[in-house]
Amino acid sequence: MTIKSLLPYAFLILILGLVQLLFLKNLALFGHAFGFLYLLGLLILPGNLKTIPLMLLAFSLGFVLDIFFQTIGMHTAAATCFAFFKPIWLKISSPTGGYDEAEEPSLSQIGLGRFVTYAFPLLFLYGVVFFIADQWGTGGFFMVLSKSFFSALFTLMLAILVQLLFFRRKRGI
Amino acid sequence: MGRILQFLYRVRAFLLFAFLEFLAIWMIVANNSPQGAAFFNSSNEAVGNALKKQADVVQFFSLAEANEALTAENAALLKQLMALQVAPDSMPLALDSLLEASYEFKGARVIGNSLRFSQNYLTLNKGSKQGIKPGMGVFNSQGAVGRIKSVSENRAVAFSLLNTSLLISSKIKTSDVFGSVQWDGGNTSEVNLLYVPRHVKANKGDSVVTSGFNAVFPEGILIGVISNVEVNKKDSNYLSITVKLSTDFSKLSYVYLVENTSFTELDSLYKQSELTNDY
Repeated sequence: MTIKSLLPYAFLILILGLVQLLFLKNLALFGHAFGFLYLLGLLILPGNLKTIPLMLLAFSLGFVLDIFFQTIGMHTAAATCFAFFKPIWLKISSPTGGYDEAEEPSLSQIGLGRFVTYAFPLLFLYGVVFFIADQWGTGGFFMVLSKSFFSALFTLMLAILVQLLFFRRKRGI
Repeated sequence: MGRILQFLYRVRAFLLFAFLEFLAIWMIVANNSPQGAAFFNSSNEAVGNALKKQADVVQFFSLAEANEALTAENAALLKQLMALQVAPDSMPLALDSLLEASYEFKGARVIGNSLRFSQNYLTLNKGSKQGIKPGMGVFNSQGAVGRIKSVSENRAVAFSLLNTSLLISSKIKTSDVFGSVQWDGGNTSEVNLLYVPRHVKANKGDSVVTSGFNAVFPEGILIGVISNVEVNKKDSNYLSITVKLSTDFSKLSYVYLVENTSFTELDSLYKQSELTNDY
């Protein structure tokens, strides 16, 4: 894993971050389903990127978004949690024996079924942390769960769509 | 000792995780305490500029609507002005302090807005250089919008009415019964009117306006119209009243700011009598 091989990912994260800020900022389907598309940038980082740099990256990414969204700490907490569990879950959800560390866990590499089982629980976890921080003391727990579920679903659909549309060619990483 | 260090080294990822989460939670708490210093927010210069660029593009598409609203308001103001204008043959009257204007108004543009969270904030394109101060009320031609939280040199951040920590003192216009308006974090077009006792007759369709007690808004700025009245399930001494907001928070572009110039006097009076006035 060299700096050079990380450049395309940095570019992708930058683009997704901008999309998140400019287009997905005030979008919430039925007031429930939020799109956290920028997480796609963290999701497809290859498995051999260690937890610590990944967490630091997620922390700073969440922090930048928080500053723009006026939600200090909320995206940060959720993204850090997301980054901590990502390598663990990637290892668990991969088939035994067929696990390749350097592989990029994107749709075209691991297929739809595996991508969904890999991404959905992580997105759901992100949602739970985020909405608990958001609704602390106000909303009920059921509200948190339903918002997290629908947000994870919506984000997953966006992530699949983006990968189908823009990732078609295998990138030379 | 070596084994302890070895163990700590092995769980270093988890330790960092715990530390970062702690940091994030500290930020959430520090930012949400009412008097907490808001170091990192969109009143920051660089972030404010980026938000302004975005608002420039987005608001270009709603210019026609904004113009229409401004024209309508100008017309209404002109009408009032005509009614107030003294005919040239009358004597000028010295007004006493009772009628002295104690509110000052300013205008600003919304460059950042959110609806999705339970703590929503607005960012405005003016700050302390243009005379904006924390605590000023924010409203537009449709109705009340919020209250200024903090200001920097050229930007200001305001609590939106859609922020569960903001209470606005208000009253039902027809009966003059007062209560507090607070958002419950759910529907972005509805708020609750709290602390209205059960014996009060409140009807669907009554308008709810600011009471003028809270030293933020002058009396009579529209908040919304009552859409539902029922007895509070948790505390049957009170009614639970739902108010449909008159302001469309998804389309805010230009807002007015109001400052109560007699606020310091009021505040010191409250201090003297040992009352807390949480505006």
